[in-house]
Amino acid sequence: MSAAATPAAAALPAWLRALVPLVLALGIGALILAALGRDPVQFFANVLNRAVFNRSGLQETLVLMAPLLLIAASLIVCFRAGLWNLGIDGQFLLAATFASAFAAAWVAALPYWVAMALLFLLAAAVGAGWAMLPAFLKARYGVNEIVSTLMMNFLGFGLSAFLIKTLFGDPEHPAPQTTMLEVAERLPRIGETLVHVGVVFALLVILAVHVVMTRTGFGLRLRIVGHNPRAAEHAGLNVRRLTFAVFAISAALAGLAGAVEVLGVRGVVRADWHPGYGLLVVPLVFLARFHGVAAIAFVFVFAVLSIGGESAARRADLPNDFLLIMMALILVILAVTDHVASRARG
Amino acid sequence: MPEGTGAATTGADRGLDVPLVRLSGITKRFPGVLANDEVSFDIRPGEVHALLGENGAGKSTLIAILSGVLQPDSGRIEVNGRPVRIASPRDAIRLGIGTVYQHSTLVPTLSVVQNLMLGQRWWRPLGRAAALARLAELSALLGVRVDPDATAGSLSLGQQQQVEIVKALWRGERVLVLDEPTSMLTPQGVEELGQVMARLAARGFGIVFVSHKLQEVLAFGHRVTVLKLGRKAGEIPPARLSALSPAEATAEILDLMFGRGAADPEAPRRRASTIRADDAPLLEVEHLSAGEGAVQDVSFTLRPGEILGIAGVDGNGQKQLAEALAGQLRAEAGRIRFAGRDITRLPVARRHALGLRYLTDDRLGEGTVGGFAIGTNLVMKRVGEPPFWAGGFERPARIAAHARELIGRYDVRTPGPEVPIATLSGGNIQKALFGRELSGEPRLLLANKPTYGLDVANIRAARDRISAAAAAGVACILISTELDELLELSDRIAVMYRGRIAGIVGNGPDAERAIGRLMVGGA
Ligand SMILES: Nc1ncnc2c1ncn2[C@@H]1O[C@H](COP(=O)(O)OP(=O)(O)OP(=O)(O)O)[C@@H](O)[C@H]1O
Ligand SMILES: [Mg+2]
Repeated sequence: MSAAATPAAAALPAWLRALVPLVLALGIGALILAALGRDPVQFFANVLNRAVFNRSGLQETLVLMAPLLLIAASLIVCFRAGLWNLGIDGQFLLAATFASAFAAAWVAALPYWVAMALLFLLAAAVGAGWAMLPAFLKARYGVNEIVSTLMMNFLGFGLSAFLIKTLFGDPEHPAPQTTMLEVAERLPRIGETLVHVGVVFALLVILAVHVVMTRTGFGLRLRIVGHNPRAAEHAGLNVRRLTFAVFAISAALAGLAGAVEVLGVRGVVRADWHPGYGLLVVPLVFLARFHGVAAIAFVFVFAVLSIGGESAARRADLPNDFLLIMMALILVILAVTDHVASRARG
Repeated sequence: MPEGTGAATTGADRGLDVPLVRLSGITKRFPGVLANDEVSFDIRPGEVHALLGENGAGKSTLIAILSGVLQPDSGRIEVNGRPVRIASPRDAIRLGIGTVYQHSTLVPTLSVVQNLMLGQRWWRPLGRAAALARLAELSALLGVRVDPDATAGSLSLGQQQQVEIVKALWRGERVLVLDEPTSMLTPQGVEELGQVMARLAARGFGIVFVSHKLQEVLAFGHRVTVLKLGRKAGEIPPARLSALSPAEATAEILDLMFGRGAADPEAPRRRASTIRADDAPLLEVEHLSAGEGAVQDVSFTLRPGEILGIAGVDGNGQKQLAEALAGQLRAEAGRIRFAGRDITRLPVARRHALGLRYLTDDRLGEGTVGGFAIGTNLVMKRVGEPPFWAGGFERPARIAAHARELIGRYDVRTPGPEVPIATLSGGNIQKALFGRELSGEPRLLLANKPTYGLDVANIRAARDRISAAAAAGVACILISTELDELLELSDRIAVMYRGRIAGIVGNGPDAERAIGRLMVGGA
């Protein structure tokens, strides 16, 4: 039946549809707060005051956004192509580990920007390399990439810790970790702020990814594969090669996220470090319906909630888990509004 | 909320004049299209009500409203005289309306009886024994024989459809709705379907039958309703229909569909050959095998301007042959030469660039990306190429202009090139695909069942297009199960049987008999 295939797009402008679940979830969050005897207005005011209307808080928010934006870009590429690269966390961590392992030495030996460029390339290559096995299994044998990429995460976490404890470890340091990149040698800050250039880089990358996915022939090829692989074969697209390309690009972007985090903020990777950003960003990208600009907005909201929510929760004497509940609410409501919208168009 | 269960009502408490289902004043609007405009439609017990209309007239929309898939913007629905709302397919079933959609909904890997048990509520399962009994009961009612343990995928399309009908009547539904049920059937399958409908009608079921084929409508229908541009153009009640001769009835229906004085587009004719005999063969196929036995040792040649028909009962390797020629299926043995060049190992895109165009019969499955704009679908085989892309970047204005031109030239009924192609009616999607494959510089057109689902006027237009392409020097391979189509267009007709070409006959007075013999494996 032709009607079943109609996208809900016709009914509401996209940005409005994305906003509805967000507003609803915040509203329900407010009700829960009120039920718990907390002042919701005060709570959200605290969040905003800490994470947006406060100079250093806003800077923290922006800094947190950098790796999240690159991961969002990574996911937009693979989701639009209909591939579930859920191995972003493994790709991220391995790339961060490699970049961190060589950072101090290369920065000492090479001109600064050459060293940085090489470290970013290294991270991208490590990320992409880590995705080649799932890519091959998918392209050659049709192995479900969700399973294979999740498995590669465990392998990646283990390998990263193993490398740090053996080859990449800093012998001077008692706990297993890579050699620290000095604060002065991390990615340069913009003006007098905490915000490093990696934030700008991440913004440019996600915008570029958006343009490539929506305006170019390459992006269209990926979207055709994503929507209907059989139509892609029929139209003469090389689905296998595109599958490799998607995994490579997506994982390289996840690798860049690792580089930005470690070269811009942390300067070091400890064997037990394991931020798990990837699976946090997956729902944001869905909420944004794979739209790059919308993803920026949702990553911003998420960063605000993380930075500001922590202190607001503390002040309201609530456990931090409250924030997770809010995020989960947003997602559940997204699913519900989507379902309602698709029923309503009938 | 729906009231009561229409299914349980028996003839006794129903006056014979009360229709099982009555739609009145149904209006359904889509962005830019009035798909149903104040349509009234009755389904009466004991009647096969044939629903006709040109492509895009609104038949599938009306069916979707009947079966709860779509909601009308306005209008009344009554079941057994009581007003109801059919809010979902489940409501439709509860009200006793069973629908067989055009595309199979069976799970091919499950057995027949497993498929039938799938639709049950998990909290009220029917045991296997009870399901077998129900299947036996319905098989007897329909007068068909179905092996309950055969896997659905192994059945012929006709048998699969019988299972679909059993499924649609599983819970005692009294109304059976069939959207273009015959378009993929063999003539024998059509015959059997006709008998099934007749048996059901004789037992008081109400049946809706959508078809583009007038002979079928006259053979199986008791009442005829014609839609045109969403409006009801007319209705021929049983008394009148049986009083008319087939020729008069055909003329009247065509009048309703296309306006007064429309010539019978189905009148047989035969095209004059346009083979350019002096030219070198464009396509040479030698001992081609593909698809693990689906195509075996096939050889033939084709000249520019020639139309080679491929006949055969559906499922004898025609589709795999087309896919092997288009490059979608790897050749396991043999060679394909195109314009003197070996293309056996070339991928799909390279063959397309050489001018080899495959008009697939799987329009929704592989021919289109339903959610993408018509304009995008029309350039889907040319992604990245100028003039639609420059330096890798899309040029939306060029793509839209190209789409508008094809939409105009191929008479695609749509509000515009930006709407998702899945919202077009079945026939209009096919017109768009015709436009896509014939644009640019085609040299070989590989058309697989190019006219199924088209209305009679569009069938005429499509056949004329194939003739015109041949006259312009395009070589054509026409795969069809419609003998009259093959006889009208082809220069020669190859018959496929179990993956092989059983024989190739020149089109002439004796062709029909020769083809018939070859189709069933005779020499
Ligand atoms: N979901 C939809 N969104 C927008 N327009 C639609 C949708 N479904 C159908 N239409 C439009 O409604 C009109 C009627 O379509 P419908 O599918 O009912 O035609 P039909 O009579 O079944 O034609 P065909 O013989 O080609 O199958 C067409 O113009 C079609 O483009
Ligand atoms: Mg239809």
